[in-house]
Amino acid sequence: MTDLAVRPMALRRPDLSATRLRRRYAAERRFRFYGILAVAVAAGMLGLLLGSILYKGYSAFYRTEIALPVNFDPAVIDPAGTRDPAVIAAADYAKIARDSLNARFPDVSSRADRRALSQLLAAGTDLRLRAIAMKNPAIIGTTATVELAASDDVDMLMKGRISRAVGEADRTLTDKQLAWMDELEADGLVAYSLNTTFFTAGDSREPEEAGVLGAFIGSILTMLVTLALAFPLAVATAVYLEEFAPKNRWTDLIEVNINNLAAVPSIVFGLLGLAIFLGFFGLPRSAPVVGGLVLALMTLPTIIIATRASLKAVPPSIREAAYGVGASSLQVVTHHVVPLALPGILTGTIIGMARALGETAPLLMIGMVAFIVDVPKGFTDAATVLPVQVYLWADSPERGFVEKTSGAIIVLLVTLILMNGIAVFLRRRFERRW
Amino acid sequence: MAAIETLVPPAKVAAAGAGSPVTVEARDVNVYYGEKQALKQVDLDVRRHEVTALIGPSGCGKSTFLRCINRMNDVIEGCRVTGRISLDGEDIYDSDLDVVALRARVGMVFQKPNPFPKSVYDNVAYGPRIHGMAANRGELDEIVANSLERAGLLKEVRDRLNDPGTGLSGGQQQRLCIARAIAVNPEVILMDEPCSALDPIATARIEELIDEIRANYTIVIVTHSMQQAARVSQRTAFFHLGELVEAGDTPEIFTSPRDRRTHGYITGRFG
Ligand SMILES: Nc1ncnc2c1ncn2[C@@H]1O[C@H](COP(=O)(O)OP(=O)(O)OP(=O)(O)O)[C@@H](O)[C@H]1O
Ligand SMILES: [Mg+2]
Repeated sequence: MTDLAVRPMALRRPDLSATRLRRRYAAERRFRFYGILAVAVAAGMLGLLLGSILYKGYSAFYRTEIALPVNFDPAVIDPAGTRDPAVIAAADYAKIARDSLNARFPDVSSRADRRALSQLLAAGTDLRLRAIAMKNPAIIGTTATVELAASDDVDMLMKGRISRAVGEADRTLTDKQLAWMDELEADGLVAYSLNTTFFTAGDSREPEEAGVLGAFIGSILTMLVTLALAFPLAVATAVYLEEFAPKNRWTDLIEVNINNLAAVPSIVFGLLGLAIFLGFFGLPRSAPVVGGLVLALMTLPTIIIATRASLKAVPPSIREAAYGVGASSLQVVTHHVVPLALPGILTGTIIGMARALGETAPLLMIGMVAFIVDVPKGFTDAATVLPVQVYLWADSPERGFVEKTSGAIIVLLVTLILMNGIAVFLRRRFERRW
Repeated sequence: MAAIETLVPPAKVAAAGAGSPVTVEARDVNVYYGEKQALKQVDLDVRRHEVTALIGPSGCGKSTFLRCINRMNDVIEGCRVTGRISLDGEDIYDSDLDVVALRARVGMVFQKPNPFPKSVYDNVAYGPRIHGMAANRGELDEIVANSLERAGLLKEVRDRLNDPGTGLSGGQQQRLCIARAIAVNPEVILMDEPCSALDPIATARIEELIDEIRANYTIVIVTHSMQQAARVSQRTAFFHLGELVEAGDTPEIFTSPRDRRTHGYITGRFG
């Protein structure tokens, strides 16, 4: 500091002139303008992002269906008339589907055209018809109108995702197929309905068969493991370090390491998981339990740092007051400090969990990137998670996966919002309003 | 919460004479904050059912000494206490002594009111709860009502027992903190400038309160007001630069101080 000598000085008064006042007001206005500008830019970016995802993804939630009279021909399904479920299950339903299309378009005769015609329907149409016949064998021998899902190319066409303007060679549908669809539409046979498959199926190579449920359940299971491990461990660590541990070189070292850990690229945690959990402990590959373990490791430092910060923010006077009436250190912490820090702890947990939910890189390392059709039923089943599903679909060449990708992102975002909503609700409940 | 009706008037006990037994005995007490020594060779006796006032200029170590008596300094990092302080003949810095039990016996009221961010009721009930002083809700109600009454607060907060303690006025908060301290029924109550944030009326109430409750407790109070020390205390100790300059009966200290520094301080010539 410079030498501060107290000398007699002239009486100086604050400058309250109009110029200074104007300048202060101008500065305040400028600051407010910058603030609004920043908020507007941020909101605009977010709006752009959400808007483009919603625009690309909303069509994943409905699908094009063609209502066709289907003749459940006993000669094809059950020629012997036994109604034996095994016989019904083994029948050629693809032929039934083809026949109903041929009946609608009797003029189509060449083999190639008939094949093109059958391609209007989704790949899983035969399975759909089989399910109907199995459930209700009485339908065999009758003709019933069934709404059959269109193939993904037709679906894309009807949703306007495939342009009719480009040449026939540059699109996946031929001019003939376009004409047939126009005819069906003119007859009022084309309908749109909720794409339940998207919410009830696992992954598939066919866009019209692919659903997000497998990845969603995978994400939920993984998050449960992460939360169950990371939250108690992190809070206990933070409370111990902040409230009980002696402040010495060891605890300093631990603190530095925790801060460093928070900055480690997430893929490193994946490599660690691969080496330790899969390599050493021999845990199952692609399983939510391993994904959860890896993400818990990644989330730990975030929650620890947030918890320590909010513990530090509890006023010392509260601690003193509690010690003053004879509370033990544990009572001071559990009765006063942690409850007061809980909102901050929950905020840290939300941030950590949100990051974990959106994480892909470390999961690639432990095999959660595999193509998995079945919806996982437990923590050790092979599974994938929503962001990995997004990554997989974004990588697929079929046109139909584009909307599926955005659809999965929407599901991911909604999951995130729900998760945050629960946390905000919890925080409100714990927050003392005095 | 059940309305609290049972009130027990505070027992009036005749003022203890000069011969009353020593409750807190400090010998050769030195306190260091890191390298810096804050208290030097302090010897002081605090007698039962008396109010002992600690006076002295800012930074002379009054709060530090006060915090030695309930080992609140343990919580401060880098703080070291040497010497011997005993409570009823028992060394409170003995390694076998349980600090929690000590703090239940030696209550404290802080300079700044610091109620818990809980209801008025829970503020007072907290100590009795953690020390298992009440077998049921009725007994707890009784303790809370009595403590609030003795702190002169019951009338004002009777309808606000479920309201947050932090929502009371500064003076009410300080009396709530006093109620919280006496709810545990400590033997000694330490008060660190309890009136520094209060107006003259609230101050007068607290002084009255101190005078009333001293019949049941032993009180050590830090104050910057000579008048207050003269009004409420029986004995006064004057600290200066970490030293205990002189201690004695309050009238004597204020009328015929032995030390030049004491004289200077109480007559307002330095401090
Ligand atoms: N936590 C601490 N760390 C370091 N030094 C401290 C600490 N608390 C007090 N001190 C120092 O110890 C000395 C005595 O402080 P103390 O708080 O006991 O003074 P005091 O007599 O209560 O003063 P006041 O009347 O202003 O409250 C002061 O010089 C102060 O700077
Ligand atoms: Mg002080």
